[in-house]
Amino acid sequence: MTGQERVAEKAARSSTSPALEMRGITKRFPGTLANDGIDLEIRPGEIHALLGENGAGKSTLMNILYGLLTPDSGEILMDGATVTIRDPADAIARGIGMVHQHFMLVPVLSVAENVMLGSEVMRGPVLLDVGEAAKRIRALAEQVGFTIDPGARVEQLSVGQQQRVEIVKALYRRARILVLDEPTAVLTPQETDEIFTVLRRLRTEGTSIVFISHKLDEVLRIADRITVIRRGKVVGELDPGATTEQECADLMVGRSVSLKVDRGVAHPGEPVLSVRGLVVRDDRGHETVRGVDLEIRSGEIVGIAGVAGNGQEELVEAITGLRKPSAGHVSLTGRDVTGAAPRAVRDRGVGYVPADRQRYGLVLGFPVDDNTVLTEYLNEPYAHGVVRDDRAIRKRAETLIVEFDIRAPGPDVRVSTLSGGNQQKVVVAREFGGDKLLILDQPTRGIDVGSTEFIHKRTVEQRDAGSAVLLVSADLDEVLELSDRVLVIHRGRIVGEFDAASAERDKIGLLMARGQAA
Amino acid sequence: MNLLFIPRLIAELAVYLATVVPDLLPIVLTLATPLALGALCGVLCERSGVVNIGIEGTMLTAAFMGYLTGFALHGSIGAAAAIAAGVVVAMLTGALLGLLHAWLCVTVRADQIIAGTILNVGALGLTAYFNRLIITPSGLGGAGVIPPIVFGLGPIALATLALVGLIHFLLFNSRWGLRTRAVGEHPKAADTVGIDVFRQRYQNVIAGCALAGLAGAYLTLESTGSFQNGMTGGRGFIALAAMIFGRWTPIGAFGGALLFGFFTALGVIVRVRPAGGELGDILAAIPSFWYAALPYLVTVVILAGVVGRAIPPAADGVPYEKEARA
Amino acid sequence: MSGARARLGSWWRLAQLPVLAIVLALVIAAAIIIVSSAFTGTGFFPLLPLFAYGALFAGAFASDIALNNTLVAAAPLMLGGLAIGLGFKAGLFNIGVAGQFLAGAFASAVVGAALAQQPVALAVTASLLAAGAAGAALAFIPGWLKAHTGAHEVVTTIMLNNATALLLAWAVTDLVRAPVFTFPRTGEIGNSALPVLLGRNLHLGVPLALITIFAVRWLLERTTLGFEIRTVGANPNAARYAGMPPLVIVPLTMALSGLLGGLAGGIQMLGVIGFYASGISASVGFDSIAVALLGRSDPIGILFAAILFGAFRAGAPLMQITTSVPIEIIDIIQALIILFLAANLIVRRVFRLRAPGLGIEGATTVTRTWGEQVRG
Repeated sequence: MTGQERVAEKAARSSTSPALEMRGITKRFPGTLANDGIDLEIRPGEIHALLGENGAGKSTLMNILYGLLTPDSGEILMDGATVTIRDPADAIARGIGMVHQHFMLVPVLSVAENVMLGSEVMRGPVLLDVGEAAKRIRALAEQVGFTIDPGARVEQLSVGQQQRVEIVKALYRRARILVLDEPTAVLTPQETDEIFTVLRRLRTEGTSIVFISHKLDEVLRIADRITVIRRGKVVGELDPGATTEQECADLMVGRSVSLKVDRGVAHPGEPVLSVRGLVVRDDRGHETVRGVDLEIRSGEIVGIAGVAGNGQEELVEAITGLRKPSAGHVSLTGRDVTGAAPRAVRDRGVGYVPADRQRYGLVLGFPVDDNTVLTEYLNEPYAHGVVRDDRAIRKRAETLIVEFDIRAPGPDVRVSTLSGGNQQKVVVAREFGGDKLLILDQPTRGIDVGSTEFIHKRTVEQRDAGSAVLLVSADLDEVLELSDRVLVIHRGRIVGEFDAASAERDKIGLLMARGQAA
Repeated sequence: MNLLFIPRLIAELAVYLATVVPDLLPIVLTLATPLALGALCGVLCERSGVVNIGIEGTMLTAAFMGYLTGFALHGSIGAAAAIAAGVVVAMLTGALLGLLHAWLCVTVRADQIIAGTILNVGALGLTAYFNRLIITPSGLGGAGVIPPIVFGLGPIALATLALVGLIHFLLFNSRWGLRTRAVGEHPKAADTVGIDVFRQRYQNVIAGCALAGLAGAYLTLESTGSFQNGMTGGRGFIALAAMIFGRWTPIGAFGGALLFGFFTALGVIVRVRPAGGELGDILAAIPSFWYAALPYLVTVVILAGVVGRAIPPAADGVPYEKEARA
Repeated sequence: MSGARARLGSWWRLAQLPVLAIVLALVIAAAIIIVSSAFTGTGFFPLLPLFAYGALFAGAFASDIALNNTLVAAAPLMLGGLAIGLGFKAGLFNIGVAGQFLAGAFASAVVGAALAQQPVALAVTASLLAAGAAGAALAFIPGWLKAHTGAHEVVTTIMLNNATALLLAWAVTDLVRAPVFTFPRTGEIGNSALPVLLGRNLHLGVPLALITIFAVRWLLERTTLGFEIRTVGANPNAARYAGMPPLVIVPLTMALSGLLGGLAGGIQMLGVIGFYASGISASVGFDSIAVALLGRSDPIGILFAAILFGAFRAGAPLMQITTSVPIEIIDIIQALIILFLAANLIVRRVFRLRAPGLGIEGATTVTRTWGEQVRG
């Protein structure tokens, strides 16, 4: 009996009517069909996983459920009756709560203000009653088993704490269907365990939970049922007890995928990048990199694992010249480049794929060809003196489009019209090359499996051609798969170093969370 | 030249300013009133995420409409009633222009600085056009001015003091204030908890522009009793600087308004109450053009000194798109 | 044949929104003229707009003299429009063109008067250079402040406009007043006057402005600096990432913009006004905003927009004299045109346009930098 048949059988036997049904949901965006006749059924008190790769349409479906998007067609039923959800206020009134992937918290407001926003506790018709709100919030947090300071400003909380605020926010509104969009993407393995405990506790109290993820192991661990979505369509329902990671992956991607990167053996050579005692401050003047030493040799990939916001961003910016370090040294192939301008660093043979392609890596309003020379526009043959050579620029773009399999109608279309994966390939195509050092910051965040595989493959090729590669990723799986050596960063310090072969996931997770393994 | 010359001069200046405070203060408050109202307009708009550089034009149009109302009605209903009607019309004019600005910025999602420019350019044209057609050829005056109540301050100036305190308190302690701040910082977060971002922004911009309208009424009906083309003279922009100086808080912005009011008052006070001795010679020798230019230059200097450390609301100037793809 | 039609089609796609915005603005302005006609000499008169627009057209195009007037009025608008358009390309809104115009006018008047007896080539060149330098220097200040302190150029340039007008009034009263006149003004410019090339008043500034249109176009589209300016405007973070220093490019672009604004003042001074006195009109500064927006910050677009507004300015006096419609109607038309460009959905709805035509370009990024620090 396959997993799908089992689910069908279970459903037939089950007498409880679904808490929520979505029938034939279709949503079209310019150029894509994000949801194509999706049917989904959530039962009371179950954890239902929605599995699919980036861009499959999971978030779109849930945003429709939450009233943030209007479907082109289809209907939503709750407890058997058709309902219309025009906006989030409707969704909240019907007991739907949502924890978004990018938290919907106002950083400068307090926890209490964030939680009650929109459903304020009042003292008279005009004024807020912050004290009463704080009392209620403490009680709710206790109920699900954690503590929370209602007076703290949200921007001062860690990512894990912010997620708790989001959950309390939903409970405060008496949610009986709780949607969590990629809740573990930014958490350490231990924080993930903690959130799973909370979810199980909520389930026993009768809350239905929709768990959106593309991480197979987690889905198999937590879910009671799994619905797989690919390219806007439901392609299968699975019973976690009767399926495997491989089956899920194949269904999710629609072809057989290899879960492992074929990395081969690294042959490290001469040191390329050497960082000594580096101290860097962030925009607000806080020291976020507090004495980092690291060395990367040619022909090796060094991964930095860490919870987002532990100094990775500032470290990379200090190496690439975008931020002046307040102490310490950076040298490239023996030459000191501490505090050098970005262009000077680049000219020493550094390629850099930034974390946020739309914010840093690309000019979305420019055509593909201008973007392929964004970092080399001054050099021959793309410019002669101060005059640009349009023909050479176009030729470069045409070459890269073929070589990196960029799906674009031509070099003169705007980059903003390309998909996320193809946008990232434009950046990668531009930055990969004969460089001595390659810095990859979140190189595959938010892109499809095909593009991810492609970028991983090219990264290994680049290493084998003799480049030193520095990989920074919030996705621990990616770091472990791709790196020859793993460094763990915690509060601006390197707190652990592992050989790829001997790296233990749990130990790294503890180091990421606490800075020590015990 | 004696080395002690500069410090002595500064000491003399301090003594001089201290002695003229009783005369200076009402002038400063008078000059600060339109700036404070304009800055309150800025605070209301920007706290909800809408940049409004059209305060200048809103003030000017409202000043004209208020004056025109008084001009048209004082013959039939008497000066006092005509002035009161003028104040109401000025605020309504402001609110109407606020509606236009909100529509452009919130619904149409036009560039907010361009939207403000439309108000400024349109105000100059419309007021000058009708001024030339209606008021100038008549050769008649307006309804006069509202007489001061206390310390040389009229009702609008006094109301401004109250409004500053009230709006400051409400911004940080009321439901309206919480929602305003949320919408200006993270509109999507507000949207996901059921707050109507568009409505909140419309409300704030319209209310804010009504206050800018009150500033206009102050200029023509409480302060000068006449209308001249372009009479706002950059006050709407100085008000923005005061808002930034006050880090988007009403009381802080009022502080900024007082500061700019002080530098404007300086040119007046050295004529009305000349200082004695060396200092008096120097102050008298400074050309009046310099005194006139001083508030503008001070605005630039203070803006340059302060703004780097002042952080505006995070979503300030960013139009909200409801159906943006996640 | 079909190639020509295709070219016409693509031209119309670019131009339809601006052209229809102008049409709509003229219609609304006509309504304002009708409503306000009760206050004019004619009394309430629904046909007044026809007469007013007729006079406007006659004053702008109906004779060689009128045509020359239009081009002479258009020349400073071309330079001013370029000044603002160049700023828009870098994400900067230089409302200070009015002040830079005055600075350029003043500098060229002073230098022009000093060189009045020198050979024409030297006198004219030096005076124009002074105008450009003065405008560039004045605009560099807000550019530098923006880059290094985050003070937004919209507020600082407006403040400097006011301060500049006052300080130049002082300068012409106390520093450089020519003694023979009854009011404070600068001396005769003599040989520094721009040579008249055609008719009574079509001076050298007109071809100069035309050449500048193409020079700026070349700068923006064909040079690496132009690419840097456009990148900083489109995405300053990406510019920084790519090694383009916004801390240099922002002040530099402002200075270039001010240079163009100063030149606008220079050719107006040396070609039309002849002497600096307090209170000379800086309306070019504000007209230029509309010119740049209408021309979508594109140099060729600015050329056409400047000719249109030049025609408005050249024809307006005749309109006011013959129909007593105040010339301020031009300012109203300007505001309406910008309104319909910014809110182009009105235009689309009125004219039932389906094709996604192009509205305001470049300007849409100006607000983003409000209160934000340029990072270097």
